[in-house]
Amino acid sequence: MRKFISLLLVGIIASGITLSLFKIPFGTSKTKVGNYYLNKGIEQTGAVNIVTSVVLNYRGFDTLGEVTVLFIAALGLGMVTLTFKREKREKREKREKREIQPPSFILSVGSRFLFPFILLFGAYIFLHGHLSPGGGFQGGAIIASGFLLIYLSGERRINKKRFKLTESLAGLVFLIIGLIGLYFSGYFLFNFLPKGIANTLFSAGIIPLIYIAIGFKVGAELAGIIDGLMEEIQKEFKAQN
Amino acid sequence: MVVFVIFLVLVMLAGAISACIFKDLLNAVIASGIVSLLAAVLFYFLQAPDVAMAEASIGAGLVTAIFVIAIRKTERKE
Repeated sequence: MRKFISLLLVGIIASGITLSLFKIPFGTSKTKVGNYYLNKGIEQTGAVNIVTSVVLNYRGFDTLGEVTVLFIAALGLGMVTLTFKREKREKREKREKREIQPPSFILSVGSRFLFPFILLFGAYIFLHGHLSPGGGFQGGAIIASGFLLIYLSGERRINKKRFKLTESLAGLVFLIIGLIGLYFSGYFLFNFLPKGIANTLFSAGIIPLIYIAIGFKVGAELAGIIDGLMEEIQKEFKAQN
Repeated sequence: MVVFVIFLVLVMLAGAISACIFKDLLNAVIASGIVSLLAAVLFYFLQAPDVAMAEASIGAGLVTAIFVIAIRKTERKE
């Protein structure tokens, strides 16, 4: 009986969704806002990359929410690893010992050689976010993957306090830029700087400044996550040798 | 071009299904990393380079590494 009722409910929901999907005209554009952004975007925001002009100018407040979500996720992961460490002390004797192999010569030398170039590439990506594809999130993720490589190669550690400071300062810069716009024009995240000539590095007003802040924030946050996870493994490795 | 995209999607489907089936979690993580990497290539062909960049660096790089570390800290077999 219960199964029959649930089957009936699922059937009703499925038929409703199918009927409403049939009413949508596929292949034609009903929204006018997309065309508006494509036609007026460069003129209004000064950013050649339309995606960036939408992410940081027309929908800048949503980006602030996204950064906050990432911050909360990093915070939650830090809490989980902290409680995990306390439990693990007691359980460590019960588990079987696993050997940790030292990094091979090619991995350690190669990643140490590549690390500065990866940092440079990440910085390029978030500095040119308003001109070419990419931006703060992508550049920050590339920088964090560089830190992951350096962690895999051996024992180099990051300064945790400085990373937390960088992250907090970058978040603060984002908010302060938004509040300056609120003060001068009445809108949060208003583009109060001159827009300059399109397709040059110093253009698009506040967009490059915010993307630099986001790049630093995301890079420090994701590198901090990797640091929190790899800390225990590196300690075990040192105890072994 | 269309043939290449169809091939890409088929490999992605195979990777996604095998990520669900594999009992060895390390293999499953590698399979899901392949799905993310091919998704990044597909995004590039669909003219979304911004999304492709984020997918390649976060989906294929960092998430795979974090899963591998998590497997090392817990159990390898399902």
